[in-house]
Amino acid sequence: MICRVPMARPTAPEDERALIDALRRRDEAAFAELVRRYAGPMLRLARMYARSAAVAEEVVQEAWLGVLQGIERFEARSSFKTWLFRILVNRARTRAEREARTIPFSSVGIENPGGVEEPAVPVERFRPAGDPVAPFHWGAPPRSWGASPEEQLLSQETMDVVARAIVALAPGQREVVTLRDVEGWTAQEVCNVLDISDSNQRVLLHRGRSRVRAALERHLDPG
Amino acid sequence: MDQGGPLTCMALVELVTDYLEGALPPAEVGRFEAHLASCPHCGVYLAQMRLAIQALGRLPADALPAEAMNTLVQHFRDWTRR
Repeated sequence: MICRVPMARPTAPEDERALIDALRRRDEAAFAELVRRYAGPMLRLARMYARSAAVAEEVVQEAWLGVLQGIERFEARSSFKTWLFRILVNRARTRAEREARTIPFSSVGIENPGGVEEPAVPVERFRPAGDPVAPFHWGAPPRSWGASPEEQLLSQETMDVVARAIVALAPGQREVVTLRDVEGWTAQEVCNVLDISDSNQRVLLHRGRSRVRAALERHLDPG
Repeated sequence: MDQGGPLTCMALVELVTDYLEGALPPAEVGRFEAHLASCPHCGVYLAQMRLAIQALGRLPADALPAEAMNTLVQHFRDWTRR
């Protein structure tokens, strides 16, 4: 089978419609299969909002109860995955607000309301405007991460760096980077679930990825 | 930002995601790739962004603990009885 979207993990299996029909008929095996398929990514997303792993698990459970309550009304033409994750995000946000967390969830996509650009790379690493040779070109260029960076990236230590870098991202960046790059969703799926525009999605993705790259650089090339 | 002239490195790093997403207009792709062809530093930078994306895709998956799974199945059974 041809994979049209490189990087993306399989997301919309052909058998899903059959599973959803079976769920409507209250088939337990179909329910278990859908849970098995989606509970992992749901848990990862829920953890972004929850103060503990236990709360995240509860939110995932609540979302599945929402699915059972709403499955009769679910339009088979729309994507089950989008519908499911919209339920999850709504529950997770409601729960977090109830628990008076201070992260401004409503601000997804508008984290830079003043329009002040957060650069991908600190400006100090480029030559200044008045540089006689090459203004705005690299002054402190990135250095290659060794002969086999792919291998280094697989180490537990590096994976921990990446995981911590995600946690440190602003909420909107964290959501987009997690869904796009960790879970392998398409841009369209992310826009649908988070209710953001495509260009907004790209800005958040860009800032988030840039920060993850910077964290890797600090780890792999501390200078 | 300058329009039409060669890209600076500082401008290029802000276009990397649009480039990888296929969201740059063709003319901008031309400027982007022309800069890359003559700037090894930006080549390294782009490679590192790709490595960061790869690393993100290799984070281990989460799984719902068995206990939570059992609770869900119990909820399902309650639901089927309604």
